[in-house]
Amino acid sequence: MEIIRQTVDPQVTGGDQSPDDFRIRQLRARDMLRGDLPDSELEQYVQERVITTTVDRATAWAQSNSLFPLTFGLACCAIEMMSIVGGRLDIARFGFEAFRASPRQADLLILSGRISIKMAPIIRRIYDQMLDPKWTIAMGACSSSMGVFNNYAVVPADKFLPVAVHVPGCPPRPEALMHGILQLRDQIEGKAPAGSRERYHAQGTEEVIGSDPGVVDAVNVFGAGDVTNA
Amino acid sequence: MPDADGLEMLAQRIRDLRADAVIEVTHNHGQAMIEVAPDANREALVVLSEQGYSFLSSLHGVDYYPDEPRLGVHYQLLDMDRVDRVGVKLRVTLDDPAVASVVDLFPTADHHEREVYDMFGVVFEGHPDLRRILMPEDYQGHPQRRDFPTGGEPVIFTYNEPQTPGWTQ
Amino acid sequence: MDPVSKVSDYRKLEESVTLSTVEGPLGASGSDGASTELFTLNMGPHHPATHGVLRLLVTLEGEVVRDLKPIIGYLHTGIEKTAETKSYWKVIPVIERMDYLAYFFNSMAYCGAVETLLEVEVPKRAQYLRVIHMELNRIMSHLVWLGTAALDLGAMSMFWYCFRERETILDLFEQSTGQRMHTRYFQIGGVIEDIPVGFAAKLKYLTDEMPRRITQYEALLTKNEIVLQRLRNVGVVDEKTLLGLGVTGPLLRATGNPWDLRKAAPYCSYDDFDFKIPVGTVGDNYDRYRVRTAEMRESVKIIEQAMEGLPEGPHITEDRKIALPPRHELATSMEALIHHFKLVTEGFRVPAGEVYHPIESPRGELGCFVRSDGSSKPARVHMRDPSFVNLQSLSTMVEGSYIADLIATLAMLDPIIGGVDR
Repeated sequence: MEIIRQTVDPQVTGGDQSPDDFRIRQLRARDMLRGDLPDSELEQYVQERVITTTVDRATAWAQSNSLFPLTFGLACCAIEMMSIVGGRLDIARFGFEAFRASPRQADLLILSGRISIKMAPIIRRIYDQMLDPKWTIAMGACSSSMGVFNNYAVVPADKFLPVAVHVPGCPPRPEALMHGILQLRDQIEGKAPAGSRERYHAQGTEEVIGSDPGVVDAVNVFGAGDVTNA
Repeated sequence: MPDADGLEMLAQRIRDLRADAVIEVTHNHGQAMIEVAPDANREALVVLSEQGYSFLSSLHGVDYYPDEPRLGVHYQLLDMDRVDRVGVKLRVTLDDPAVASVVDLFPTADHHEREVYDMFGVVFEGHPDLRRILMPEDYQGHPQRRDFPTGGEPVIFTYNEPQTPGWTQ
Repeated sequence: MDPVSKVSDYRKLEESVTLSTVEGPLGASGSDGASTELFTLNMGPHHPATHGVLRLLVTLEGEVVRDLKPIIGYLHTGIEKTAETKSYWKVIPVIERMDYLAYFFNSMAYCGAVETLLEVEVPKRAQYLRVIHMELNRIMSHLVWLGTAALDLGAMSMFWYCFRERETILDLFEQSTGQRMHTRYFQIGGVIEDIPVGFAAKLKYLTDEMPRRITQYEALLTKNEIVLQRLRNVGVVDEKTLLGLGVTGPLLRATGNPWDLRKAAPYCSYDDFDFKIPVGTVGDNYDRYRVRTAEMRESVKIIEQAMEGLPEGPHITEDRKIALPPRHELATSMEALIHHFKLVTEGFRVPAGEVYHPIESPRGELGCFVRSDGSSKPARVHMRDPSFVNLQSLSTMVEGSYIADLIATLAMLDPIIGGVDR
């Protein structure tokens, strides 16, 4: 969240403060509480301590820092998803550790693994059961693009869900998933990461090739749609 | 693995029960295999389990495309005392893919037979609950036959998105 | 205590209290005068305690499970079909993703089957390296099982302990293979690379430390009153029924049958090592827990012996028709370049035949059936996955027990849905 602090006083925020500075601030605070501060000093006192923001920003800040992921594991990636809760990575540092078993209490769906055609309607249903606002992370190659299993049984998540963040890897390292969650946090706060989505003018969940000749779009090195040797 | 003589003796015991039951006896890469007539699998398995091969460790479906008869069912039997394995296989045609179920002899065959039915369309007669197991119940076709397309679709990247218009719908 | 009774003394005491059997759970009595009503409950595919996307149809009478039907296929990936479209050595990464906690075992079963078809000799050093990695994998798989199973029983802290050790093992995998999971380390004819410098020291640290850690877990769980109440004499199935259902692995060994392919039909130089097969006596959930923890200790012993006696020599077969030539040869040898080109573009051809290669995975007999038609792509790959087979025994295990015990029994069964659905 972008905190708008007006006339930042080095005395308040400065790092190296002597015990005397601390004593001065204590006395000022005591004077303020007694109502002894003159108007000009009182105004300065308030300006140093009050932050102003909009309600939207405040809610986005709150939402982005307390995502409740759904306890929902699909395949290999689910094991790596479990290990971000573990001691080494400890996603609790960022406040995303509260995995919820019910979709009604969760607001982040991590698609951790391959999605079969039998599972896809159920995942859509779980997504529909989640309350707004809700976000989805496609973890791993399978749920992003079917990965190595480009066959009759698997569907990518983008076909039936809006996906906010794709985490590449097979399976992604837990650090990668954590990075994905942090990227999502920035997105929710309105600070979309200046990554490929911005570069390719992505709108929503689809990427659109712009017609603006001034902008360099992605260049196809294989020939369009050629996946025979992919 | 039973040696060539032992395998021939096993086959002979099946032949004693039914003369035309055994089609071929092979010893390939150290693995013993008895090919039986499609309607003689129960007799063969009963005889072999009496000989000690009483643990059905696995059941595979195979598609022999383009050879005929196309569909094959493999039984892997294990003798835990002698640590000995023998395979039994049979082949059926696509037109008449009926095989007698062995669930009452080996309860473990339940899921295996359903899988082979699901993936290859071999109908196990006498199976208590022959339904699809891995694919959705309303799925058409048997996906692991060799002539069933592998499926899949081009992955949408930025470069090939215009080639598949309206993919989001 | 009667060893085969499905309920403990405590449960019998509990059952003797009659609460609702007179009027039926909902107070309704059927037209036929039946006093209880059966209730069918759907559990899954999204359920936090089913260890994946398993769906169970449970028929309940009050709180007692009367019938159970597992419905599977929610993770069906068509791996066997995909394998048919790739050349033999490119199948390994796909196969590894089946049972996602036993990736070394998946590739071992497949490589073993193809090696049997090719009749290629695997160097002794490669076999020992395979054993080290498979046993590390076994410990890792059991650790994940222990953490999640204890979580299902309500023991939260076990999860963190187990995942701490799992990370240590994954660091070793990363050091020797470059990946944490799905390492593609085993190749047909050997392993892709020798172990790096420093691996032995880190492994030594792990093997020294691991028995102490297992003692810690056991101190937390083995004599814990809650664990004893939840696990002892729950989910008892006798050996004969399990054999009929094709169950192998720790579930079978918990009943006292010492069937382990590492001992019974040694593959991959397992007969060089001195280790024991832990068995149980009753065949209840507690025995399954004890067998698996004891197996971890035995695996540590095997790793120590394999590291001690690691022979010198090549880590992959010298047969250039099967294994890629070493990198430095490409610059000097024309022949190596041709082999490299041939292998990378087409792959090697395998003589026609059908083989079934079983190995002992952490969950039981993992067999790979490969049919070759003489070309460079397999005509059929089929995995006999232990989870797929063992899951059939779940209904026998839980019938007549409480629905809370269903969760405990499922956790002790340790099915991996990636292996069930493939």
